[in-house]
Amino acid sequence: MNAPFILLLVLIVGLVAYLAGRSRAFATSNGKLSILHSLPGYHGMYAAICAVIPAAIILAIWALAAPAYIDGSVRGALPEAVHSQGAATTELALGQVKSVANGLKLLDEAELAALNNGSANLRDVLAAKGVPLAGAGEAYMIKSAEQFNSMTSTSHILMAVAVLVIAVAGAILALRGITAPFRARNQVERVMLWALMLASSIAILTTIGIVGSMLSEAIRFFNSVSPASFFFGTVWDPRFAAAGSEATQGQFGLLPLLAGTLYIAFVAMLFAVPIGLFAAIYMSEYAQPAVRSIAKPLLEILAGIPTIVYGFFALVTVGPFLRDISAQLNGLVTGSYVSFIQAQSVLTAGIVMGIMLIPFVSSLSDDIITQVPRALRDGSLGLGATRSETIKKVVLPAALPGIVGALLLTASRAVGETMIVVLAAGVAARMQLNPFEAMTTVTVKIVNQLTGDLEFNSPQTLVAFALGITLFCITLCLNIYALYIVRKYREQYE
Amino acid sequence: MTEIASSSSSAYARPSATRRDIGIKRRYAAERRFRAYGMAAILTGLFFLFVLLWTVISNGYTAFQQTTVTLPIEFAEKIIDPKNERAANPSKLMSANYPLLVRDALVKALGIDPANRADVKKATDMISASARTQLRDIVVANPAVIGTTVNVPLLAEGNIDSANKGQIDLTVEESKRKVNDQQIGWMKTLTDSGAMTKNFNTGIFTFGASSRPEAAGIGVAALGSLYMMLIVLALALPIGVAASIYLEEFAPKNRLTDLIEVNINNLAAVPSIVYGLLGLSIFINFAGMPRSAALVGGLVLTLMTLPTIIIATRAALKAVPPSIRSAALGLGASKMQTIFHHVLPLAMPGVLTGTIIGLAHALGETAPLLLIGMVAFVVDYPGSPMEPSTALPVQIYMWANEAERAFVERTSGAIMILLIFLVVMNLGAILLRRRFERRW
Repeated sequence: MNAPFILLLVLIVGLVAYLAGRSRAFATSNGKLSILHSLPGYHGMYAAICAVIPAAIILAIWALAAPAYIDGSVRGALPEAVHSQGAATTELALGQVKSVANGLKLLDEAELAALNNGSANLRDVLAAKGVPLAGAGEAYMIKSAEQFNSMTSTSHILMAVAVLVIAVAGAILALRGITAPFRARNQVERVMLWALMLASSIAILTTIGIVGSMLSEAIRFFNSVSPASFFFGTVWDPRFAAAGSEATQGQFGLLPLLAGTLYIAFVAMLFAVPIGLFAAIYMSEYAQPAVRSIAKPLLEILAGIPTIVYGFFALVTVGPFLRDISAQLNGLVTGSYVSFIQAQSVLTAGIVMGIMLIPFVSSLSDDIITQVPRALRDGSLGLGATRSETIKKVVLPAALPGIVGALLLTASRAVGETMIVVLAAGVAARMQLNPFEAMTTVTVKIVNQLTGDLEFNSPQTLVAFALGITLFCITLCLNIYALYIVRKYREQYE
Repeated sequence: MTEIASSSSSAYARPSATRRDIGIKRRYAAERRFRAYGMAAILTGLFFLFVLLWTVISNGYTAFQQTTVTLPIEFAEKIIDPKNERAANPSKLMSANYPLLVRDALVKALGIDPANRADVKKATDMISASARTQLRDIVVANPAVIGTTVNVPLLAEGNIDSANKGQIDLTVEESKRKVNDQQIGWMKTLTDSGAMTKNFNTGIFTFGASSRPEAAGIGVAALGSLYMMLIVLALALPIGVAASIYLEEFAPKNRLTDLIEVNINNLAAVPSIVYGLLGLSIFINFAGMPRSAALVGGLVLTLMTLPTIIIATRAALKAVPPSIRSAALGLGASKMQTIFHHVLPLAMPGVLTGTIIGLAHALGETAPLLLIGMVAFVVDYPGSPMEPSTALPVQIYMWANEAERAFVERTSGAIMILLIFLVVMNLGAILLRRRFERRW
């Protein structure tokens, strides 16, 4: 009797309550539906809600609280020898007890008896059933495991009984309350409104979750590494911490990563802004509707392509192309065919990211340019300005705040972009100004620190959360400022 | 007097006429230049789109073909089960020496001297090491096959496959190539005898991860992606619609709802990798869900997709004219009935379009999945969303890190499949909008 199965039973009770409630409401009306305050369906819904919701809440609380309670009492019953070795050993022993408990369920009577009188080796017996044990099993574990199993099964039975009783009781109470003037619809709608509010609070909860989880992990990181050496350190050398090894002290300087992030984003913007802006101007001011209706969706395809595809494009095409062409150029000028652009470089990542950003710049700016009122254009054209002069001297200045907002939004995307830089920028954390060499970014390091089997509590892993919250703050500031500008600007013309 | 007048009028007219002429020319040239810049910008964008697609397609179309070598394999009892114990101990069949069967068949087909070890080694290198599992599966499924000879299509090794597709430059010195001249000679023999053929590659759609390119496919990853998309659809659509209905129709205009609104717009622009960190710390470390599971991936992608769906749904709800609401309320419907019976059905095309676009976005997302351990070498189909699995874009990422030519081809092939999914979804969204969208 596990939780999903009980939930299914509760739902069945709910369905029965719905049908019963509806037919009872029909019966109460004696064929004259108009004497009912609410339609029979609402009476049914009300009964179903009374049956399901309290039971489901109890089920959720029980399913969360019971394992913690059982863990606590099994932990308390472990021998004193285990407790004296500290909390980590106790947790390890508890984990072993749980896997023994899983294994014991698979054994038959004879094997259990053999284990209990000590004639069979616990580890071998369980391995034969396909349950691997991390360490050698000890005698106390069998007792603890049996305690664990019996408590778990008792808890399951109690939970099933309690939840089903509550469900049935709720249904019966609701069914007995059905009368013609009962305002079932209002009750049901109140519950629905609560559900809607709950759904919209998830957006807030997500933000709280992001900030809270990253902040708490980052604080754990700052307990072992001082914030000053993280935010102002110029050397990134986290060292390697394998699971179980002694903690090695590394250096976690944010500045080289931040420099790489901003440099690559800058190159990308340098590439994307002119192209995107000119494309937007052409599309909104010059293009025939037919051209526009083809070119705009085609450009927007670039925005729909997953970033991993851009990363692959950088890795397979752009990087090698830049490397080879730089070798050719170098050969033409100096005679030695050595490439001066590395395949993984700031330039490669910047160009490919720039391609990805073109549609963002162009469609955001396009929207803003088309919002500039017709009258401004007509006035300028009427005074004898050419179209390009109108655009440069009237339309663009009017649209400037909005375009700046759009560019800030684009920049925040460039800063947070991951897959392109993972494949195209390289992993060397250096502070330098040569765009032809590899640099690395905050996002690359988050991925590097968190993939692979690492010990979770080491600063080497936790630093990813400190990096994450830095990234989150940067993009948050950019976004809020951009949204503020865009909103303020939009209101001027509405 | 007339002289003065004429001279003054000519002095007045001449310079201005010339000035205007020069100005017009320059200004028109600037106009044309400006226009050309705009056109060039659009063409540059389209050029990059073309190069990107061309790279993927030109590298990837060959991934849908695979070289196979069909050999008459003699399932000799003295090799598979020399002591005849399979009745008593069926696991013997699992560990039998199947590569030996392949070797014998190949030696016979090519007419090599079995004593010449170097040649035999070169010849067996041409067949994928996955032949062992292939033959094992045949025997285990039907032990009666032992003692007979059956024609079995075996996968050719990755480099041989590349050579057969003409992707390996044969003019390069033999020692610097992955395929030597002797193997090329044998390939010709096998092709002439009809044993070596290029077939449509069904494996790329059904296989799981493998370190050998010829036995690697996206089937397992695609199933992982499917699980995640189902979770996203099942959670993000109802929650997103409910949240938008509350915010658009019920929420009082106050500080709190303003905050929620700003918050949702911000969440839509948070870098996706941050959602990965959220998933790692809350779902895996705090709630104790399994790493690499499609369930966690689905939850993370749900949170990421919600803002998109909420924004689209609110726009769709806003577009339903107030007269619909007034009419329903006037006929005595409650507010909840008005919304669920009248407003929401009319807004549904917009909601679904937003959902499909959000799903397409989630399907191509890689970065958050890397952090929750979905960079996993998963060989078998996951039976449930709780089991270790991987996703289509993550599989592409892992293949992109492999150096072999055959993996570049597979990566591009997988990208083509991913892009086809995305195109289909987006086309669906466009059609939905065209077909059902109402202009009030």
